[in-house]
Amino acid sequence: MSATPTSAEVAAPGGRRVQRATLASRVWLILGLVAVAVLAAGPLWALDSVLRTLIGFFTLLALATMWNLLAGYAGLVSIGQQAYVGLGAYGLLYFADTLGLNLFLSVLVAGLVGALVAIPTAALAFRLRGGYFAIGTWVIAEVYRLVVSNVSQLGGGSGLTLRAASEYDRTARLFATYELALAVGVGAVVVAYVLLRRRLGLALTAIRDAEASAQSLGVHVFRTKFLVYLVAAFGCSLAGAVIYLNLLRVQPEAAFSINWTAFMIFIVVIGGVGTIEGPIIGTIVFFVLQETLSGYGAWYLVLLGAVAVLVTLLARRGLWGLVADRTGWSLFPVQRRLQDLHPSEGR
Amino acid sequence: MTWVNDVVQGLLLGGLYALFATGLSLMFGVMRLVNLAHGDLSIVAAFVALAIVDTVPVNPLWTVLVVVPLMFGVGYLLQRGMLNYTLRGGDPLPPVLVTFGLSIIIQNLLLEVFSADSQGLDAGRIEDASIRISDRLAVGWFPLLTLVVGIAVLAGLQLVISRTRLGRAFRATSDDQETARLMGIDNRAVYAVATGIALATVAIAGIVLGIRTTFTPSVGPTRLIFAFEAVVIGGLGSIWGTLAGGLVLGVAQTLGAQISPGWGVLAGHLVFLAVLAFRPTGLLGRTVPA
Repeated sequence: MSATPTSAEVAAPGGRRVQRATLASRVWLILGLVAVAVLAAGPLWALDSVLRTLIGFFTLLALATMWNLLAGYAGLVSIGQQAYVGLGAYGLLYFADTLGLNLFLSVLVAGLVGALVAIPTAALAFRLRGGYFAIGTWVIAEVYRLVVSNVSQLGGGSGLTLRAASEYDRTARLFATYELALAVGVGAVVVAYVLLRRRLGLALTAIRDAEASAQSLGVHVFRTKFLVYLVAAFGCSLAGAVIYLNLLRVQPEAAFSINWTAFMIFIVVIGGVGTIEGPIIGTIVFFVLQETLSGYGAWYLVLLGAVAVLVTLLARRGLWGLVADRTGWSLFPVQRRLQDLHPSEGR
Repeated sequence: MTWVNDVVQGLLLGGLYALFATGLSLMFGVMRLVNLAHGDLSIVAAFVALAIVDTVPVNPLWTVLVVVPLMFGVGYLLQRGMLNYTLRGGDPLPPVLVTFGLSIIIQNLLLEVFSADSQGLDAGRIEDASIRISDRLAVGWFPLLTLVVGIAVLAGLQLVISRTRLGRAFRATSDDQETARLMGIDNRAVYAVATGIALATVAIAGIVLGIRTTFTPSVGPTRLIFAFEAVVIGGLGSIWGTLAGGLVLGVAQTLGAQISPGWGVLAGHLVFLAVLAFRPTGLLGRTVPA
């Protein structure tokens, strides 16, 4: 555990080497960079309505990636991540409108507020495990919602509109919000990838496989999970701030709605829990379903819930799991594979 | 002296919370399964009772005779047909995901079938009748009945767990599932009966709730949260702790609401957080939350 290989391939004893990147992953990396570059140029080629849809897409991708980091890697099945979406929204509102801080700087500060609040939250919620941890985080999210609803400076139960946004030109604000959303969405995936490739990824894998043994080998179980929780809180708050920078109207029922977490869960489960690719696939599927089924009202959520239940029961590793099993692809290689230096034949 | 009245009303409200918490506590105790659709299933029971009352003109109290066995059956099949599959391998993720998915499915199905309108069950005169103790203190018959039913259900469950063959199977699978199976206990069937009993208590709770107050398809999660708080405040793994937890939560909410109407539910949450911070084993609990 003292030295973690960071280069792509490291010699291991016995005529073998540890392989990380594969040809497929390098090809996909280049394709991914091209896609990000095309998306970053979005304001040049996309209609405003498309940009708004993509803002929703990127922020949901960030939320789902953060939830996946929690539940898929750290075993922290939180159903209270809406707390951080709400805190991000209200953090933005407070710093931009009440304190008059720069609008876009306020987004970053709102993220930090979420991470700060996550410290006492984790201290309490970590006393519960498994399913009770799940409801515990939900109760704490409800506490934040009720407290915010009772503060009249923040608009109480009826909420407020972000006034600082009106100082900016409409198009300029949309472009800036779009780039910010793209940065948050891509940033979330990159942060998850980098974290999992490093020591933290090894520690999390060890904890997932055998918590007691990992602890006895010197893995700081509490510290590791705590760190992941803080990162997820920061990411969700940042995403929450960007979401409301786009929506402008902040209301406690909506900002702290359990639906945010429900969407994160559906996306990650359908895409594939415990893989970095899963939330990306899941967010795409989620958006396609949302666009096609939006006319069916509540039936849409019934269907989404049913798909999530069936995937959990029948194909636990989700859509990406099915793809990876057939193709052996790994777009974000976080595993270490031991490979013979003198292979007899291909793979 | 109004606070005496508040405490008494809070205790009576606590009876309802204990009734909701019983099933959650039982399922967790026997198979470490936290059913996130717990509250929504109680609302299903309330809507089934409503559908019966709309078709046959009877007092909703009588619907217990149909709804309780029905929900027992639903629980049994739900466990055998679905939830048992989430318990394989000991991964905590699948049970949470599946029951959360169920919760969303149930809420939205109820919304499609019964609309978002507030509904209520009319039990007639018993709803308003009360015993006057003094000018400022009156005890409603129905809340009193709720508390008595809550205690009776908990006492009955305690008897089943400590005195019967079934209870022994519950305790055995709870302590050591592998060894219990070696001794010839079919743990899947035991789990199914436990969920059946849990949903039978949930059915009673749902009907009582429907008579006491109005309900909509979306109030299930609130019921789950209150039940969960009662279980944690009272202490995991303690039947009488669940009753104590329900009563404490009821009193906290009633007193909180006296300070300011918006603070009732919040006061309950804060008591829950205080217990989690300072006494994580709960008031009467023997085990650390696990």
